[in-house]
Amino acid sequence: MNALADVSVALVQLVGLVLGGPVLVGLMRKVRARLEGREGARITQPLADLRKLLTKQRVRPDESSWVFAAAPVVLVATTLVVGVLAPLVSTHPPFAYSADFFAVVLVLLVGSVFLALGALDTGTAFGGMGSSRAMTVGALAEPALLVAILALSIPARTSNLPALVHGGLTQPSLIASPPHILALLSLLIVILAESGRLPVDNPATHLELTMIHEAMVLEYAGPDLALVSLGESMRLAVLLGLFVNLSLPWGIATGTGPGWLALGLVALAAKVALVGAGVAVFEVFSAKLRLFRLPELLAGSFLLAVLAAVTAVVIR
Amino acid sequence: MTLRSMLAALTHPRRDAEPRDALASAVTGVPALHGSLQLRHVDAGSCNGCELEIHSIFSPVYDAERFGVRVVASPRHADALLVTGPVTKNMAGPLAKTLEAMPEPRLVIGLGDCTRDCGHFRGGYGVEGSLDDVVRVDVHIAGCPPRPEAIVDALRTLTGQ
Amino acid sequence: MLLTFALAGVAASIAAWILPARLRTAGVATLVGVACLAALTLGVRVLASGVAVSWSSTQVLPLTGVSLRLTSFGALFVVASALVALAATLYWLGYAYHGLSSRSGASALALFVATMMAVPMAASVTTFLVLWELMALSSLVLVANDHARREAARSAAQWYAVMTHLGAGAILLGFVLVAAHAPGQDFTSLAHAHLSSTTRSVAFLLFVFGFASKAGAVPLHVWLPKAHAEAPGPASALMSGAMVNLGIYGVVLTGRILLGGGPSWWWIVVSALGIVSALYGALYAATSTDLKRLLAYSTSDNMGLVLVAVGASGLFNASGQPRVGALAMASALVLLLNHAAFKSTLFLASGSIQVATGTRDLDRLGGLMRTMPVTGPVFLVGALSVAALPPFNGFVSEWMLFQSLLHAVPSPTTQVVVVVALGVATLALTGGLTVVAFVKATGIGLLGRARSNEAAQAHEVPASMRWGSGLAAGACVVLGVAPLLELRAVARATSGLGAPSLSSGAWSGLHLGPFRGELAPALVGAGLVVGVLALMLARRVRRAGTWPALRSSEPWGSGREVQTARMQYTATSFAEPLQRVFDDVVRPERDLDVDHAAESRYYIERIRLRSANVDLVERALYRPLQRGLAWWGERARVLQNGSVHRYLAYGLVALVVVLVVVA
Repeated sequence: MNALADVSVALVQLVGLVLGGPVLVGLMRKVRARLEGREGARITQPLADLRKLLTKQRVRPDESSWVFAAAPVVLVATTLVVGVLAPLVSTHPPFAYSADFFAVVLVLLVGSVFLALGALDTGTAFGGMGSSRAMTVGALAEPALLVAILALSIPARTSNLPALVHGGLTQPSLIASPPHILALLSLLIVILAESGRLPVDNPATHLELTMIHEAMVLEYAGPDLALVSLGESMRLAVLLGLFVNLSLPWGIATGTGPGWLALGLVALAAKVALVGAGVAVFEVFSAKLRLFRLPELLAGSFLLAVLAAVTAVVIR
Repeated sequence: MTLRSMLAALTHPRRDAEPRDALASAVTGVPALHGSLQLRHVDAGSCNGCELEIHSIFSPVYDAERFGVRVVASPRHADALLVTGPVTKNMAGPLAKTLEAMPEPRLVIGLGDCTRDCGHFRGGYGVEGSLDDVVRVDVHIAGCPPRPEAIVDALRTLTGQ
Repeated sequence: MLLTFALAGVAASIAAWILPARLRTAGVATLVGVACLAALTLGVRVLASGVAVSWSSTQVLPLTGVSLRLTSFGALFVVASALVALAATLYWLGYAYHGLSSRSGASALALFVATMMAVPMAASVTTFLVLWELMALSSLVLVANDHARREAARSAAQWYAVMTHLGAGAILLGFVLVAAHAPGQDFTSLAHAHLSSTTRSVAFLLFVFGFASKAGAVPLHVWLPKAHAEAPGPASALMSGAMVNLGIYGVVLTGRILLGGGPSWWWIVVSALGIVSALYGALYAATSTDLKRLLAYSTSDNMGLVLVAVGASGLFNASGQPRVGALAMASALVLLLNHAAFKSTLFLASGSIQVATGTRDLDRLGGLMRTMPVTGPVFLVGALSVAALPPFNGFVSEWMLFQSLLHAVPSPTTQVVVVVALGVATLALTGGLTVVAFVKATGIGLLGRARSNEAAQAHEVPASMRWGSGLAAGACVVLGVAPLLELRAVARATSGLGAPSLSSGAWSGLHLGPFRGELAPALVGAGLVVGVLALMLARRVRRAGTWPALRSSEPWGSGREVQTARMQYTATSFAEPLQRVFDDVVRPERDLDVDHAAESRYYIERIRLRSANVDLVERALYRPLQRGLAWWGERARVLQNGSVHRYLAYGLVALVVVLVVVA
């Protein structure tokens, strides 16, 4: 693909993510509010929150090092890199040859690791607690994630993301096959765990002892907090975007040109909104799991992924 | 609160521009919040009557969240400190620390009559003083406890929604 | 070049004894450096040209002579060892003042480095064993360096001595078995030995026992956490970064080259050993509170992954997929090289931390990123590399291992599929556990506030130590962003094993030959850097206000009056959720002492809790074994009654038995 097409796809994906991530969070809050019988804030409220946060003062704990200041920046940078490389709006993102699923997952992990390090750098017990729990959940979710990627890659003989999405587009029977469905189920549980949604973590809790992700960001203020919120919402959007493109790829742009890109963007927005709303509905009806019950949930997800891999081999 | 006024609140969820229960002090020098207000609540020694009203403004009946208001878990995330009750001796230090932890620009909102003149607790042995004595207060919401509509109206003047 | 290397190595060991104390460190370091450079040049030349270099002589060793031959495969290990040794020697220049400047220490270091680089050059059984034993003895001296002051160092040296000689014994037996049926004792003759399949398998198992023990595979790993933790900084870096590689060298040498491949079950055993080691090592690293023990368990974990890759490679070859087998072997070697780079970075940096603070206990460290502005980021780079995060080198090797397992799947054998599935699951779980372990090590050890006075008073270490660890960290970055260098070398090495070649790709990417797999680590790295810089600039743009844009404040602790550094999380608390999940495997020993007051049983004066993570294999397998041997020794004492006549009778009976058996 030529440079102009690459740049336009990259721009559309980036702008879409930066604006769409907070809107996705706003939408999920709105759905939750409506189900609770309230009207709820506008779906663009998180964007207003971000705008206000950028005008505020930055605060740092007095004995922290550069890692604390670097963590929000690294988090957003990793999500932006993935946003450029991943096949979200088009099956031909820039540098499509290097958009390996394994690589994408690990790039996102860099962001989480830096956030955990920044939390430990605050010198408070909350930061330690948040990073300890978040890293434990991540460690237990990773086997399910990688085996699910293996299961998805076996039929396509590659773990390259654009190739996987394209494979789903051209052969719908691949998507409806048992290994694919099982792997996607497993992936969904892992996505809930990695982005800190119920039943793994309650993003709206105020009780520090029940926090996993929120405890890591209690010290950030102003633009740092804006970056962290933006990073988290973009990460949720990217993960859900990948999920929808692997499960319902129709609508994604397969050619270049503004018409295709517009269609791809609209399709992505609609699908992600749908799945996001579904997740929000699920959250309303579920309670947060006890921390020591999480290994059971993640082991279940691992089992699904292993089943997916086994059926993928058997079906070949 | 009569049944009639409650029904009126349910059928007219959106209030009009002017707040009804007047604010004790004019709102001056308020930073531009762009329609987003995050609150950190500190109970400096209240009887919890005001806390019940805070709970009710986030309930489906009054739903302050639709005006861009949210309660957050850490003062570092907050724009305004929402204080209830007189400032007791034991809570004076933590209150000061909470305010110091907030990033600029920051506001202090005193909720209820106790924050202005200690209300029923004036002269108590555990009371340090009213909020006015301890810190510069930007917004007062009068009442013992203030009515939820008054609280929501006050917050709306801050968010502008 | 070979001559230069040998002479420099010998000269360095001797110089350690004859030079006066002032010149000793510098002199020995220079000579060792020369030896390393010579070996490096030799190795690079062999890799680049593909032509092996040999040398033999009947003079140096009695009866058997010395025979050296450096092939491309061995050259890779020589290059890796030489680079690690260069960094460690540079580091040693500054470290010596803190504990490794004695004559025996310097001499042992020099001998260790020289023999370690010479082992891959050995081409006959006796040469190999002599060099192997010299390497073990010199490293033993290094481990025992602190024995006069620390009981733990003595105990570590004892364990190491016993285990390494058990391993050497197994290797000797294996070689004897093979050489008995071969025309000569050099490796080319051994490759032509006529062995029955049982003998072959027994020999292979003996070799695996010996070499896997050196590499730190569970359950033969118990010496590794003790020895690597007690050895001084540069010595641990050499042991973990270069010596364990030779265990893998041995497994591949004997399994693939000398015994010619073998049936699939051999390689399934190797993979199983690898899977158990990887999981066990990663778990114990995640729950360890001693910094160097954590690193040592992580070595066990990484060597386990290498064994999985080596086993997978052998298995794929045996089941008729040579191209994937070559890919798996290549990923094993890349993993090995990357491990050498990041493990030496980590050990050298932790040596600096130990020198600066006097302690290895993570629960007493903290705040070092500010007080040690070079060592801190160096350790961070090492930690990010071992956690396989882009854009550092561990990422490339984990990706390659994943790809080699993925592309083996279109295969008819169930064995392959099971190994692949288990391998991927292991890779994932150990990856996650390693991330926990190193976020803990970096976060608790370097970040936050200092948890003890020693940590609060730490300051940066001398320049040579900074440069030594910094160069190793630089290697992690370079190999992560431009893996082409090591890939070309690895491709040469694997072709030496008779495997089909893999194309490596242009500067910007990594292309896996006939398989559909591509990665662009440089691109990801560049993207991250650009993103970070752009966001940092964007963050500075702020609206008007009289208040400062960045304010330093006391951390938020829910408004409590006093916040001390001891209220932070410790390494034990960080790993506690994980320990609970895996409490069948990681069971700490707990001692609880409660002192009641004299007046009444209901008042407690003091409570003391001691919690220690004891290695499960050591507790469940080795300690009973030790007790059994001790019991047997007690019983056997009746044989030693002091009478010389009886001892002579024993000797006579034994001689008669041997003569009868042999005849």
